[in-house]
Amino acid sequence: MSTIDLTDPRAIDLASDAYDDLEWEGARLRVRDLRVAFSPDGVRRDVVRGVTFDLEPGRCVAIVGESGSGKSVTARALVGLAGHGSIVEADELQIHGADALGFGAGDWRRVRGREVGFVLQDALVSLDPLRSVGAEIDESLRVHGAGDRAKRGARVLELLERVGVPDPAVRARQRPDQLSGGLRQRALIASAIALDPDIVIADEPTTALDVTVQAQVLAQLELMKARGASILLISHDLSVVAQLADHILVMRAGEVVEQGPAEVLLSAPRHEYTRALVAAVPGADTRGTRLSPGHAPVPAGVPAPIDPVPVLTATGLVRRFRGPGGSVTTAVDGVSFELAAGETLGIVGESGSGKSTTAKLALGLDHLDAGTVTLHGEPWAPLPESKRRTRRRLVSVVDQDPLSSFDPRWNVGRILLDALPRDVRGAARGERVQELLGQVGLNQDVLGRFPLGLSGGQRQRVAIARALAPRPAVIVLDEAVSALDVTIQAQILDLLVDLQRSTGVSYLFISHDLGVISHLSDRVLVMKDGVVVEHGTPGDIFERPQHPYTRELIASIPAFDYPLTSGKA
Amino acid sequence: MTAVRESDVPTTAGRPPRRRPPVDLVASLVLLGVFALAASVPQVLATHDAFAVDYHAALQATSLSHWFGTDESGRDLYSRVVFGSRESLLIGLGAAGVGIVAAIVLGALAALGPKPVAVVIDRFVEVLFAFPALLMALLLISVAGPSALTQILAVGAGTAPGYARMVRGQILSAKRSGYVQAAVALGHSPARIVRAHILPNALRPLVAIFALSVGQSIVWASSLSFLGLGVAPPSPEWGALLDAGRAYIVQAGWLVVIPGLVIVALALAATTVGRHLQTGLEKGEK
Amino acid sequence: MTRISSGKTLALRIAGRAASAVVVLWGAVTVAFVAQLLLPGDRATVILNIRAGQPQERTPDELAPIIAQFGLDRPEIVQYLDYLRGIVTGDLGTSYQQFRPVSAIIGEQLGATVILSLTAITIAWLLMVAWVTLTAGRGPRVGAAASAVDVTAAGLPAYWLGIILLLVFALGLHWFPVIGGTGLSGLVLPAFTLAIPLAGFLSQATRTEFERSLQQPFVLTARLRGMGDTGVRLRHVLRHAILPAVTLTGWALGATLSGAVVVESIFSRPGIGSVLVGAVNSHDLPVVVGIVTLVAAFYVIANLLVDVGYTIVDPRLALV
Repeated sequence: MSTIDLTDPRAIDLASDAYDDLEWEGARLRVRDLRVAFSPDGVRRDVVRGVTFDLEPGRCVAIVGESGSGKSVTARALVGLAGHGSIVEADELQIHGADALGFGAGDWRRVRGREVGFVLQDALVSLDPLRSVGAEIDESLRVHGAGDRAKRGARVLELLERVGVPDPAVRARQRPDQLSGGLRQRALIASAIALDPDIVIADEPTTALDVTVQAQVLAQLELMKARGASILLISHDLSVVAQLADHILVMRAGEVVEQGPAEVLLSAPRHEYTRALVAAVPGADTRGTRLSPGHAPVPAGVPAPIDPVPVLTATGLVRRFRGPGGSVTTAVDGVSFELAAGETLGIVGESGSGKSTTAKLALGLDHLDAGTVTLHGEPWAPLPESKRRTRRRLVSVVDQDPLSSFDPRWNVGRILLDALPRDVRGAARGERVQELLGQVGLNQDVLGRFPLGLSGGQRQRVAIARALAPRPAVIVLDEAVSALDVTIQAQILDLLVDLQRSTGVSYLFISHDLGVISHLSDRVLVMKDGVVVEHGTPGDIFERPQHPYTRELIASIPAFDYPLTSGKA
Repeated sequence: MTAVRESDVPTTAGRPPRRRPPVDLVASLVLLGVFALAASVPQVLATHDAFAVDYHAALQATSLSHWFGTDESGRDLYSRVVFGSRESLLIGLGAAGVGIVAAIVLGALAALGPKPVAVVIDRFVEVLFAFPALLMALLLISVAGPSALTQILAVGAGTAPGYARMVRGQILSAKRSGYVQAAVALGHSPARIVRAHILPNALRPLVAIFALSVGQSIVWASSLSFLGLGVAPPSPEWGALLDAGRAYIVQAGWLVVIPGLVIVALALAATTVGRHLQTGLEKGEK
Repeated sequence: MTRISSGKTLALRIAGRAASAVVVLWGAVTVAFVAQLLLPGDRATVILNIRAGQPQERTPDELAPIIAQFGLDRPEIVQYLDYLRGIVTGDLGTSYQQFRPVSAIIGEQLGATVILSLTAITIAWLLMVAWVTLTAGRGPRVGAAASAVDVTAAGLPAYWLGIILLLVFALGLHWFPVIGGTGLSGLVLPAFTLAIPLAGFLSQATRTEFERSLQQPFVLTARLRGMGDTGVRLRHVLRHAILPAVTLTGWALGATLSGAVVVESIFSRPGIGSVLVGAVNSHDLPVVVGIVTLVAAFYVIANLLVDVGYTIVDPRLALV
């Protein structure tokens, strides 16, 4: 077991500088050739192989990978929670010098929370939604028998204060859903570090958070590291990892493809996959370049011709929602914009900014409380649906979650045929479907498959093909790449650029991701609380932000100065 | 992502077991097959004349010659159960059919009808749902008097409100689904969307619900018979067998226990098939 | 966004639910009244025949007092309004058979049935919570076996289960009296007869939610802070898991009250169930309608209470 006696109640009372008292010298976590396999039905399936690293005091090791890379399983194996039916093997697995391979269930429970704190993503679901955050933090103390009720109560407030929660006495009594995203994520961190564990594992701690909140959480982790904590950061997001990590492991399909000091790995990645990951990060400086490897670079200096006549014009859009007890929320408040032919207009904002409602209003899929939308200069909304129906083919949509937008009983062929306008007849229908498949880079054999059997990238390609089917003038893309892994996102973004060039379609591109917006947009609207606070070219917005909120937003983007174009690859 | 759970605590594992038809499903289907056989050609399965009275053989316990024993008139209970299958199954199927059809009509109107109609129907279903199924059935029987037909209508009317709410919920959730919104965005007409997306998706689970309902309806119907409010003895309908056997609980418990067991077995078999259909349909969607 | 005090929102919500409960009750009373009109044949003759216990033709002289007593000569709409007025004041009409006020007949028997119902619901909850907490999330084999038990229990008809319990525990083991009576020992078997299928039914809903909750990130968080399995189940998962069962409890009251019809008949227990069976047999509609309406009222009120109870288990709703 550990060399420090943490059953000593005094150890718990030691506050933020507790790490200095730990006498363990050398790596707090020592991992040599960690392997995780599952065999639920006797058939062994390896999910993690050959993970080796040391975690030293005051250092941050990051594991980067896309979904299915085994990064989360690795993290959980380190605290004995790899999962039901899992087999965890290693040449060495030491926590504070103790051989964790020999731990029983009781040993693991003593380690968790006390020696190793663990932070998951999204406190809204990672804290018990029915209990107050104070009770959750208190539980970390109570489980390990730390102090009596009053003492624990005081400690809870102290912890909340330490992670930067104002009014801890009030906040402790509130539930996660009553707290803002930033506060509840801090409360989650507080519950993980309640007993001052000197190892903190953070598994996607900023995923699903708004960028300003992400910046706060990263600052918190940075502070802990500065105080001497050892942090193991798990993330899919290279720009987040670049902020914090001293040492990076890149995982793919259960294997570490490359590891090294952060600076070296990010600026001179050796492995092809690492290079693809680095290149795939979109941003202002990637405009006009390819994000995904394997294609010829985009010919420079050929911007798509932008017709000055607006295709879609929104004027003074207002949408109010009535809450319980008669309260009224104005989700969209006087939003106006113009979208020219062949242009990409990006709308960026954090959750609750009204950007998705704006998209619905532009699509004529939601009721307008005030304002008008015109399409090719003719009325579009408000207009009775029956009058709008014949012109629906001019405006298409691609959502974040393509799966739910497909009828589960229909295969891809039927989905695409269904989207063709009626004036495409006979053999032309089949030919058009073939053409669409070609345009989005899908093979013939997906036609007979059901959306469920497709990968996330393939589904999004089908959704785009369906959107293209009626030859629209405008495609509304509502967080269309947000749920995708970064390399898949890169491919889809490249595809969108190609399609715009070949068809001249306009994009209304809605996203919370400033990098994606700056990569793709010709003009950008910044929304906050239903209002457009600033609009301009990406250059205006990202280089010379005027509005204080825009400045805060830009400042929150994790700096990622390792641009790699496919040209270098 | 790989599902991860605590290794030192066994929890439901993420991966499905090897593909083999589940034992309970096979057993249920076999059992339903036997019942279907008994209902269509009872003489093949029966060992005795189900109606032959023999007072010397009255109230005999189960034996090799009388597998289920005999009743107060010496009739072979096994053969009576076999000969009662047809009427019992017809009552169950009929009641389930009445219930489901009424539920589809009411549920579809409440979810898809023009606004005033939908509101009124929705309220009406809610009012009916406030009556427990058995009481609703009793109310009908007290007006129309006991008979097989009343029993079918009564049980159907009793179960319909619950299923109607289910149908309404299914249709509403299909209406709110992403694929319906996608179809609206493509400019498809409401009629086409209802026909192509909403009804097929909303009504598909009803195949499973019907199987569940047959099991439930047979139990309800037999409960009515047990109270003397269904098909009356000397019919070998299973509920009537229960009704007739009640008087002999102390001397001849099997007269109630065995027909009851038959009903339970049939209801469970129907329920099991229904549940497998249900999870099968859900899996098909995933 | 304006946040209204949780108390006010809750009060508004309950007021809304109460209003719709009144509508449901009014509908139920109307359905019940219409049922009385649907009785085939001339109502006065029917009433007289029910009382005499034999069907025969009646002379106008014989019918006159019955028509006067039940007000059958008035238009249906007047009878309906009269009936509604009666309901509000607690008057459920007069029994065709016993010539006594229906409310008096029900009043004598109601207590025994309500006690039976509430006892059964309590037992069902205890059985369900213990059974699900022990068996849910213990791997596919235990899960399949346990949910097979749930399904079987939920599908057991009350008459059959009651008779089995009667044969085994009263006639066989002599632990309990054969004829129920109103005493505590007479309550055990009837209550379990109602409770076991109900427990199976509630278990199905709870088990699904329990296993879903076990997979939630907040449960993983609790384990990651060193909590053991029992603690996780009792302190986190159970509270989430019982939510669907809480919603079903209003329905369960209606189900046990109507299930009492069968159970009281098996155990020869007094209660509204036995009154109801007698009334159905003799077409004594005012009694049938009175009891059915009353149970519907119980159902509606129980659902109102469940609504309030739900916000205690899930405080999030109080604010929404």
